[in-house]
Amino acid sequence: MDENSSARLKRSLLRITYRIGLFLAMLTICLPGLWIVLSSLRPTVEIMAKPPVWIPQQISFDAYVAMFSGIGKGGIPVIEYFRNSLIISVTSTVIAVAIGMAGGYAFARYRFRGKSGVFLGLMLTRTVPGIALSLPLFFLYVRLGIIDTHFGLILAYVALNVPFTIWLIDGFFRQVPKDLAEAAQIDGCTRWQAFWQVEFPLAGPGIASAAIFAFLTCWNEFALASQLTRSVSAKTLPVGLLDYTAEFTIDWRGMCALAVVMIIPALTLTYIVQKHLVGGLTSGAVKG
Amino acid sequence: MATVSLKKLTKRYGSIEIVHGIDLDIADREFIALVGPSGCGKSTTLRMIAGLEEISAGSIEIGGRVVNDLPPRSRNISMVFQSYALYPHMTVRENLGFSLKIAGAAKDDMDRRVAEASAILGLDALLDRRPSQLSGGQRQRVAMGRAIVRDPDVFLFDEPLSNLDAKLRTQMRTEIKKLHAKVQSTVIYVTHDQVEAMTLADRIVIMRDGYIEQVGTPDEVFRRPATRFVAGFIGSPPMNLNEATVEGGQLVFASGARLPLPAQFRANVAAGDKVVFGLRPDDIYPTGHGLSSGDAADVHQIDLPITVTEPLGNETLVFVEFDGADWVSRMLNPRLLRPGERVGMSLDLSQAHLFAADTGKTLRS
Repeated sequence: MDENSSARLKRSLLRITYRIGLFLAMLTICLPGLWIVLSSLRPTVEIMAKPPVWIPQQISFDAYVAMFSGIGKGGIPVIEYFRNSLIISVTSTVIAVAIGMAGGYAFARYRFRGKSGVFLGLMLTRTVPGIALSLPLFFLYVRLGIIDTHFGLILAYVALNVPFTIWLIDGFFRQVPKDLAEAAQIDGCTRWQAFWQVEFPLAGPGIASAAIFAFLTCWNEFALASQLTRSVSAKTLPVGLLDYTAEFTIDWRGMCALAVVMIIPALTLTYIVQKHLVGGLTSGAVKG
Repeated sequence: MATVSLKKLTKRYGSIEIVHGIDLDIADREFIALVGPSGCGKSTTLRMIAGLEEISAGSIEIGGRVVNDLPPRSRNISMVFQSYALYPHMTVRENLGFSLKIAGAAKDDMDRRVAEASAILGLDALLDRRPSQLSGGQRQRVAMGRAIVRDPDVFLFDEPLSNLDAKLRTQMRTEIKKLHAKVQSTVIYVTHDQVEAMTLADRIVIMRDGYIEQVGTPDEVFRRPATRFVAGFIGSPPMNLNEATVEGGQLVFASGARLPLPAQFRANVAAGDKVVFGLRPDDIYPTGHGLSSGDAADVHQIDLPITVTEPLGNETLVFVEFDGADWVSRMLNPRLLRPGERVGMSLDLSQAHLFAADTGKTLRS
């Protein structure tokens, strides 16, 4: 075998190894999701079976039908939960991104006293596990009368997300060259116009990714929500999952069905927004 | 079209003063180059004129109007940045028309002015591209086009050519000169490259450590540098400068070497004065291989050892040792010289410069 063909063989071997590795990685990531979808479609007997049944014998949408059938017929107030989740997640994301933009821009562009201290402080809040604050927060909310309200949960989620959005958006504004805003000001913009005409569109993809992260955090958050909400008027979908646990039984199939209902909007949103997360948008602005 | 005048213009960051109260009057349609080494305050001065930096003291007038506290957009200036600063999310057309759009210009007016600028700079074929699809020289042209479209009173250039390769730089330099002839605006051009300053400017402002060292035409700053710094900064290769003491009509150097005191300085120095002697490479040459220096030439002959030669084709730079320093000399119609060889050098002392050793100021009256 000459050198060239052995090099060619080596290259194909490498490519095959790479694909196998990729397949295994994707399998690890996708299998739980797939299992949830499968479990929502098959009877409890199959779910509990040992060894596991990989290919479902029969598929039924009973769990989904039951879920929407109303109280007493195995249903849960899924529409209400969905509405609560949507209101709370969207509102707190919008607020967190707005604050994150203002804060991130300030950290990226201005010099002020105590800047690094404030920034460090914001980051340190991320080191406290949210659940550790749930009890104090519970007492506080009870006193203030905002327990079991949309407002209360939105407030908690904004506080949870703001340090993160500031940090992320700060980084994206830093990537937008300062010269561009200055050029815009010379071209006749006010500082405010320069921001919206030039800096905002360029940091847009970054802001969008901050929004996705903030939204997903709120959408999936369970620990705080389970402490701070208790009625149908405020409970979110993750808390709603608990409706499937009774004193002696857990309805795994129903729970999986609800999980699928939860995942679909999050997945759709991420899919839509990620198309706009085109990197390298600033290339060509300045000599790079 | 406007005059620009800086009065006691000062910039401080905290307690550190960057620009120390400089005065400068720029005539209408004049091309002024601010030149100096990095950190000399030239860019800061330009940014203060643009309104991108606040001024700490003094005043700036554009067209007779004090603009100290006006934002950039109210000064009717335009600026070409070193980085070009093109808007990456807009096409070339949108980049050019951006200022007009912000000003709320009518669509057809906007199209007409963009077309004009694009015709001047030859951008017609590129109008629908984005900056990322352009080469360095093209981006540079778009940046200039964006400045022209505004029809400003004053053009500000902040080292616009320093990101281009040598060939393109020469080409764009010519284009900027042509452009100035066409648009007839006042131009303030910042550069650290003295060749750019010399070739483009009507007058050159040489800055150092936040002070203006000299203002003058390219010819003035080259032939009559006001300070030792200007003498060393302007001209390539730089002027040969050595310290000496005046003694009995002679200059005595540290090594003991002596040269006659040039006639034009005799009245201005006294015995015992510490001076810096300067001679441009053009005014020192192997005998018979120099520029003709005219009748007034005060040529002094001296034998010096060669250390290095740098042949450039039409001429050779010959480094000779004098008083422990390597002096550069320019040899026209070169012949082969070997390092170590001693050659007879002609020093045209009528072109020599003397500066006070302590203040660095010229001793020319």
